[in-house]
Amino acid sequence: MIVVIIIAGLLFAAGAVGALWRIIRGPSALDRIIASDVLVATAMCAIGAEMAINRHTDTLPVLLGLALFGIVGSVSVARFLASRDDT
Amino acid sequence: MNPIDLGFDLRDVITAVLVLLAALMCFAAGVGLIRFPDVLSRLHAATKPQILGIMAIVADVAVTNPSVGTITLAVAIIVFQSLTAPVSAHMVGRAAYRTNHFRRDILVLDELTAQSFEQAHAPREIPPIDQVKG
Repeated sequence: MIVVIIIAGLLFAAGAVGALWRIIRGPSALDRIIASDVLVATAMCAIGAEMAINRHTDTLPVLLGLALFGIVGSVSVARFLASRDDT
Repeated sequence: MNPIDLGFDLRDVITAVLVLLAALMCFAAGVGLIRFPDVLSRLHAATKPQILGIMAIVADVAVTNPSVGTITLAVAIIVFQSLTAPVSAHMVGRAAYRTNHFRRDILVLDELTAQSFEQAHAPREIPPIDQVKG
């Protein structure tokens, strides 16, 4: 089990670093908002993996909140960006 | 608790498989975000952990703690995630198309600017994927 935890942690970390790299590099605001969505999804997966491995359900409402309100950021940025901006 | 003694806990095996699946999805999304050439293809990579990873993880939590409250919350999480993720992906993709944040030269099919069906489906020169710079 400890091997599985280490491998899964490394894969989660690599995915999060990829998303962070795209947030930093851009080149456009849409790339950054996609990458931040991926970062949120990676955080949700990591929270849930910790719950499943330690066999508790304490942070399940956090997942529900992130699933409900993760849409707000990307939709508002896409809506705000749609008419102008050439970056 | 287990009626059949397998010599190991079956829940540990299920947990390991599903956690590794979700971790693999997140890793694939990170690699896709780094490697893919434009906004629309990165959008494709980004949806893997948002749906498949969350489904694996939430099913994992529901299997390891089977109770009515847990399963209800798990179903609610999957339903809301699969309602909101396509909406945000659609909005981002539409904004990318309207503000020209995509590579027109590597599109396979563009039905939004074509004047007719024949023009949209006309054969075009698409560069091989290993020559597309990220």
